[in-house]
Amino acid sequence: MKTILAVDDSGSLRQMLAFSLKAAGYGVIEAVDGQDGLAKAKRQTVDLVLTDQNMPGMDGLSLIKALRGMTSYMKVPILMLTTESSSEMKALGKAAGASGWLVKPFDPARLTEVVKKLIG
Amino acid sequence: MTIDMSQFYQVFFDEAEELLAEKEKLLLAVDIDAPDSEDLNAIFRAAHSIKGGAATFGFTDITDVTHMLESLLDRIRKGEMALTSEHVDSFLSAKDILKMQIDGHRYGSNVDQEAVKSVCQRLHALSEGTASILGGSGAPVPPLVKGEPESSLIQPAGNMRRFRIELPEVPQRDVDALAAELGLLGEINQGVLDDKRSVFTLATPEKIADIIAICSFVLDPDDLKITELSADAPQPNAVTTALVADTEPGYGFFEPMKSEIEKRESAAAEQAALQTGAPSETDSMPADGKQPSRRATDKLPAAQESSSIRVGIEKVDQLINLVGELVITQAMIEQRTGSLDPIIHERLLNSVGQLTRNTRDLQEAVMSIRMMPMDYVFSRFPRMVRDLAAKLGKKVEFITRGAATELDKGLIERIVDPLTHLVRNSVDHGIEMPDGRQAAGKSDVGKLTLSAAHQGGNIVIEVSDDGGGLNRERILAKARQQGLPVSDSMSDGEVWLLIFAPGFSTAEVVTDVSGRGVGMDVVKRNIAAMGGSVDIRSAPGLGTTIAISLPLTLAILDGMSVKVGEEVYILPLGYVIESLQPAAADVKEIAGQGRVIKVREEYLPLIPLHRIFDIEPRYTEPSQGIVVILESDGKKAALLVDGLVGQQQVVVKNLESNFRKVAGISGATILGDGGVSLILDVSALLRSSRQLNAAPTFS
Repeated sequence: MKTILAVDDSGSLRQMLAFSLKAAGYGVIEAVDGQDGLAKAKRQTVDLVLTDQNMPGMDGLSLIKALRGMTSYMKVPILMLTTESSSEMKALGKAAGASGWLVKPFDPARLTEVVKKLIG
Repeated sequence: MTIDMSQFYQVFFDEAEELLAEKEKLLLAVDIDAPDSEDLNAIFRAAHSIKGGAATFGFTDITDVTHMLESLLDRIRKGEMALTSEHVDSFLSAKDILKMQIDGHRYGSNVDQEAVKSVCQRLHALSEGTASILGGSGAPVPPLVKGEPESSLIQPAGNMRRFRIELPEVPQRDVDALAAELGLLGEINQGVLDDKRSVFTLATPEKIADIIAICSFVLDPDDLKITELSADAPQPNAVTTALVADTEPGYGFFEPMKSEIEKRESAAAEQAALQTGAPSETDSMPADGKQPSRRATDKLPAAQESSSIRVGIEKVDQLINLVGELVITQAMIEQRTGSLDPIIHERLLNSVGQLTRNTRDLQEAVMSIRMMPMDYVFSRFPRMVRDLAAKLGKKVEFITRGAATELDKGLIERIVDPLTHLVRNSVDHGIEMPDGRQAAGKSDVGKLTLSAAHQGGNIVIEVSDDGGGLNRERILAKARQQGLPVSDSMSDGEVWLLIFAPGFSTAEVVTDVSGRGVGMDVVKRNIAAMGGSVDIRSAPGLGTTIAISLPLTLAILDGMSVKVGEEVYILPLGYVIESLQPAAADVKEIAGQGRVIKVREEYLPLIPLHRIFDIEPRYTEPSQGIVVILESDGKKAALLVDGLVGQQQVVVKNLESNFRKVAGISGATILGDGGVSLILDVSALLRSSRQLNAAPTFS
């Protein structure tokens, strides 16, 4: 089973992510912010990282940069969940090393569709 | 995969409320002239998170308000706009509006759409930079130029629901027939999935069962996959367009991921073409939907990990009660093994000692479950003080200390009202108007401090202001006017206590904030009912401090057991000052008013306990028995008993719920030997001492 790390400071969003992804047959590790996400990513190398951008402490972009600095995460797809799909934000995400973006809000079907494209 | 989004609503509501409270706290603390960028970010994030959740779960009205809030905050946080107090005001009212909307969704309570509209217009005007013409909150709101936010605010009341219906592989004519049938139920959109299966999006007032019923004419309902889409999702056709045209999918991939995925997809397509339609295993698994979703349901509890749990208070109370019983049993064992030979029964006695320690730890641990930090109460005041001060035209700095101090949950809930009253009073009557303060040589910003601290077995909560202080002359004049017994020789402490008399108010102007003369007596009564006391300290020109002292918990008290005749009574230790055996010469008779004893140059009324409960005592003379000096509400008295038995912690049992209310008794407890002992209501005893005569007072 492929494992996904879902990082979001919003508990309800996290719960929805976890529920939808588990329903689609993935294993899910939840993290409450960038710091937590990084710690959990170190403990176990996952197959995909989904991260919110705006979080207290370490934000999504910093998390992506930190993950890309680790050899085990050089090739792992990282998707940013963002409310703005501005080209500015996309450029920032790309520069940080994200594999793609998903605009919030999204429904579970959209989420699993994207995840499936990334890791099958 | 059918996911009922409503299962996440509760979490969203809780989370949104937490974020709102956090946002309010930050807004109240923010320094308008030099806002901390971290704080601004945190405020922004709160609005942002609520917006994200609201959008995901389809609460469009909340999304609308938070969106405006967010864009305005974003400009401020990026330094494009300076923060003004007008902003803070509008953010605070937006917080109230959001709370109202959340409650509306959560409890179905009323949502004042007019208020929502006016706040949105205010936010809009502020972000347009036209705020100056708006003035305060009471100013008329100019009509909005752009009608866009207005129209999106008022939701159509229709009960249309939208469903996504995924069909299994069926011949095209069946798909067309179904589309025609379902089209009769409402508006239908048709699309095609990646694996060539058809998918409908149907907007209909009908129930899901009706849809299944229609489909079952053509195909096996088990192969159907129907998902309800949130009714008021921002873009009604988002799903359909994404599926049919893939124009703006709401996601995207960067290089090299993008080309990799494209490569993989084209490879998969080639393979699919080779296998001529036979669905590969990886495709069928998530598409089937039934099997994975069932698996997910099994796993659901693991997903909801949390570091705290919610339990009913009655369960906690039951636990406390059981531990109370255990403490009593343990005390019995300890007492009964006390007479055993310590050498022969060494091991048993060691175990009993261990039991004693464990029981005490257990008791403390269980009691701590009921403890809550004072912050629970304190956190509601900053906003109230701010609003009040603004209303009265005063400047007030609000400080809280010791918010982490813990107090029993039962008490913490009952302290809210009295404290609210005291804080209102301080802002209204205590702190002067800014010009008055300047004239008195003080800073024009008044200081209001709310503090909590542990003092022995009590918690002391103080409401302190640096205002004008209480006016002795005015209180005395007012008291005379109301026919209260006063004299000019009364001490300050006694004068201050007059404000607790029913119907007493010295405020010259009756404002709608406080000063109607009801309240202080209620405050005093409420606090006394919790076993606490109120103390006032005041100095003219320097301010007033009102201190409330409460027991930490109502369930356990430190008691002193005293014996009269064959009876053992418990005196709450907090009231006991000392105990002594007076010399016969120190006991004086006052004609018709009973006896007094002289203790350290003070004459205290003597209350013979045996007479109060009509018991046959061993001693009737104070010089033979023991007197216990008690103090309550600043009044002292000497209680005559036969002797002292000891000092112990007792578990308070409610007498009222187990028997009936008995005057002079506040509760009961079970002693180590299994006997029942009554706990004396000391303040009632002292009150009665003034009307004591030959007849038993309580019987």
